[in-house]
Amino acid sequence: MLGAGAALTALAGTLALGAWRSRGLDDAGSAASPLPLPLSAMGWELTDHQSRRVSARDWLGRPAMIFFGFTWCPDVCPTTLMDIADWLEDLGTDADRLTVALITVDPERDTPEVLANYVQHFDPRLIGLTGSPAQIARAAQDFRVRYEKIPREDGDYTMNHTAGVFLFHADGRFASIIDFHEDRAFALPKLRRILT
Amino acid sequence: MRPITLALPFILVAGAASAEGCPSWQIGDLTITNAWSRATIGTNRPAVFYAEIANAGSEDDALVTISTPVAEMPMLHETVVRDGVASMPHAMSVPVPAGGSVGLAPGGFHGMLMGLNAALAQGESFPMTMTFEKAGEVTVEVGISAMNARGPECLTDGS
Repeated sequence: MLGAGAALTALAGTLALGAWRSRGLDDAGSAASPLPLPLSAMGWELTDHQSRRVSARDWLGRPAMIFFGFTWCPDVCPTTLMDIADWLEDLGTDADRLTVALITVDPERDTPEVLANYVQHFDPRLIGLTGSPAQIARAAQDFRVRYEKIPREDGDYTMNHTAGVFLFHADGRFASIIDFHEDRAFALPKLRRILT
Repeated sequence: MRPITLALPFILVAGAASAEGCPSWQIGDLTITNAWSRATIGTNRPAVFYAEIANAGSEDDALVTISTPVAEMPMLHETVVRDGVASMPHAMSVPVPAGGSVGLAPGGFHGMLMGLNAALAQGESFPMTMTFEKAGEVTVEVGISAMNARGPECLTDGS
């Protein structure tokens, strides 16, 4: 627990790749996480698991559900992706109108091929997105997502990352976040709201 | 924070189905059930280990280490979400309170199996030795569920 506290304190100060640093000072004093930009104001460009280029503008016109994670993640990410798969099932055919994407915070290991192999296990509608470290940093900045590489004793590493699921209206306005551990009784109404 | 973290995984597992049909193991006053893991893609990614531990005794105990032939470096971890950011610190031990139970379950305490010697295949199983502070050592057989499973296959088989 102490380790986590120290890591997160460090995280609040400096973030991977320095991309965050420019706005880090503004947020350092506030406990509340700042909200993501509207999709229409985001500038990221990434590559999907079928090696196609995707930008935030491509998503305008459809409601969207976005999650940041990584495929080497043993607990949080599979659990969240299973939640997402369950919500899509509960929504029925309405779910076909959603853009559903996992953006990796671990582009070193999560290539398009690795993502393709991974996302197919959860739902065929799930898109995996990766890019260069700088492209990922830009996407994280647009979504106000925090992530940090944590070295492990054996020389390998894991990632800490914002675990909430972001929801956007079809016009790109940010709608809400479904928190990790949030009761599914609250998740589905939030999703239905962006589908109306 | 801690009581919520402890209670939630238990509810998730207990709510899924009855434990009938799943094997259980006994060591002293402790009973271990619902030992399961998820299939892996290859050996590079860490695998997980989940289980339910009930303590019928009057003394608190704690799970202190896990070891298994399938992984070079199995460790106890706990998923912690603070200010929306998930981290997975090493857990020195998992408390098993007297008269209570604890779940190693998605989103909470779990075993993280690093350095896999072989990919974990759905439908197969592997041994896991759990060492408790007071009760000692017990080896359980961990069933491997699908990669997108929420619980052990023994809970859903035949239902």
